[in-house]
Amino acid sequence: MAREHRISRRVVQALLVACSVAFILPFVWLVSTSLKPIEQTLSLPLSFVPKAYYARLGGERMEVTLDFQVSQAGAVVRYLDGESAGRQAFVGANQAGTGAPRSELMHPVAAGSWHVTQRLDRKLGEGGPSPAWDILPRDQVESRVRIRWENYPRALAALGGDAEADRHRVGFWTFLGNSLTVAVLGVLGTVLSNAIIAYGFARLRWRGRDAFFALTLATMMVPFPVLMVPLYGVFKSMGMIGTLLPLWLPAWFGSAFNIFLMRQFFRTIPEELSEAARIDGCSEWRIFWRIIVPLSTPVLVVAALFHFIFAWNDFLGPLLYLTRKDTYTLALALESYQSQNGGIQWHFLMAASAVTILPVILLFLLAQKTFIRGIATTGSKA
Amino acid sequence: MTRTERKRLGAGLGFTSLWILGLGAFTAYPVVASLYYSFCDYSILKSPVWCGLENYQQLLHDGLFWKSLRNTLFYAGLSVPLGTALALGLAMLLNCDVRGRSFFRLIFFMPSIVPVVASAMLWLWIFNGEYGLMNGFLNPILAPFGLHGPAWLADPSWSKPALVIMSLWGTGNAMVIYLAGLQNVPRELYEAAEIDGASAWQRFRHVTLPTIAPVVAFNAIMALIGAMQLFAQAYIMSEAANGNGNASDGNPERSTLFYSIYLFSTAFQDIRMGYASAMAYILFLITAFLTWMAARLSRSRYEDAP
Repeated sequence: MAREHRISRRVVQALLVACSVAFILPFVWLVSTSLKPIEQTLSLPLSFVPKAYYARLGGERMEVTLDFQVSQAGAVVRYLDGESAGRQAFVGANQAGTGAPRSELMHPVAAGSWHVTQRLDRKLGEGGPSPAWDILPRDQVESRVRIRWENYPRALAALGGDAEADRHRVGFWTFLGNSLTVAVLGVLGTVLSNAIIAYGFARLRWRGRDAFFALTLATMMVPFPVLMVPLYGVFKSMGMIGTLLPLWLPAWFGSAFNIFLMRQFFRTIPEELSEAARIDGCSEWRIFWRIIVPLSTPVLVVAALFHFIFAWNDFLGPLLYLTRKDTYTLALALESYQSQNGGIQWHFLMAASAVTILPVILLFLLAQKTFIRGIATTGSKA
Repeated sequence: MTRTERKRLGAGLGFTSLWILGLGAFTAYPVVASLYYSFCDYSILKSPVWCGLENYQQLLHDGLFWKSLRNTLFYAGLSVPLGTALALGLAMLLNCDVRGRSFFRLIFFMPSIVPVVASAMLWLWIFNGEYGLMNGFLNPILAPFGLHGPAWLADPSWSKPALVIMSLWGTGNAMVIYLAGLQNVPRELYEAAEIDGASAWQRFRHVTLPTIAPVVAFNAIMALIGAMQLFAQAYIMSEAANGNGNASDGNPERSTLFYSIYLFSTAFQDIRMGYASAMAYILFLITAFLTWMAARLSRSRYEDAP
């Protein structure tokens, strides 16, 4: 029996490790891509390790790019006359001596050697010398792990798009500011408004309360697409389209889910506390602030965290209501960067994605226990 | 009404006044307006013109509407059962007495809070046919059979399965809920079953499953409602992986034209708000039916409880 247990425990452990590798690999891939130079994102076989390659070109040791592997033996030559005099070329063994211009042999090349180019970390076509290249055996190219942190500031700078073309100079900091504005104002509104409203449902007895609460719960099942068109009309008539207001203002007027969540919590606070305060002549408002709020921090924190994550991650809201680039949130800016640049600059795209993910991951790691408890209680007791 | 009653009513309405405003402006009015628009010819530029059931009749003959409904049901039909099974499986593994449980729980949960735009970018790259991680793993395995990985998001028959795989990565939320449910199963029940000589499978079948089945059913239906509203991932990834056309075309070959995407493009690109509202109301009816089922399931949980 005990042996059987030990074996099954091993199996469970192995399964957990295998699954967690599968769950974590996408993150590793994200970070590794974000730290590579572009050509290493577009090369096979796949590698998770960002590298730098070094070789001697023209007698000087420098960083190079591995371009492709030469499939046939041949030679690197330099033309001596004609239009291309002084230029370097690769001549395959089967092309040799077929009426080509006079040339000087630089060095022979074996099949399987690598074509390398001197690395120029700037835009091509800016004038200046074209990058030098050569064909070298693999063992003359040194490789070393090198992490390109510089991708991050570059990706963030690219996120704003062409600054010259835009009327306003917008960039990463603008988007970050917008995302934070929407999230923080939304969190404040969520916590304040829902606590006040939930107090009315949880701790006061009044005619129509239960019917109104039932109606409140019923609104939870309305899918957002049903509200989308008229809501757009509401915000348009208030002149809020193109501003951040539609993204945080509604949070100040309560939401059914949070009212429910807080009401459940408030009801667990002993009624005697309120009664005693009432006898002492406290108003309901005072009881709410002095007794209920201080005792309810766990549920308030859960609501705040959930709303922050929701607001930070929201895509459809910003897509609907934001029209000018200087009002974009980080999520919308990331999508707009991608759709304007196509899927080529994977290293920048992954770096910008990592920056967008980082705040929620940090927040989660800091408040892990609260998070898990919040989801477990709302999900299984709803 | 007595004086105290009136005072109490005043206090109640006072505390809930923000919600009365919010409910009215951001839910009640939109729900009613949406219903009205669904019987109208309406672009936001001109006021709505009543047209009776025309929108609904047109929907019946709209190929794209049916296509989007089929796509959505296909996605939901795959992602919900698979996601539920995976979440439940992981929760059961985590419920065993092994080392590092909180670490594993962290790893499984983390993807579910990643912003959808960022996870869409990441999976776009993973599903890249040439240099993506997915085919990087599949190709060496498939090579001996003379096969290679599909182009995923650029291939009409693999674009939806790709989105399903991506959704499985975000299953951690449900896992946490199921784990809480499993931890509520009384230990004595397992011990009693073990003494009676029940095998591991029998313990699962007769102890675990009956106690958590209502939680699973409830959450699966909630997941189904969510899947019916799939929008952001598909909107971002279909355009990005196929280059040409518009984000709401549902490329390739309309294989990722989901219900909410068609609704969004009808409303905000074709500016046919009435027609879009009719679509929204059909979604509302489907959701209402599913919610009603979820409510019944969660009620039966309390009735069956010992």
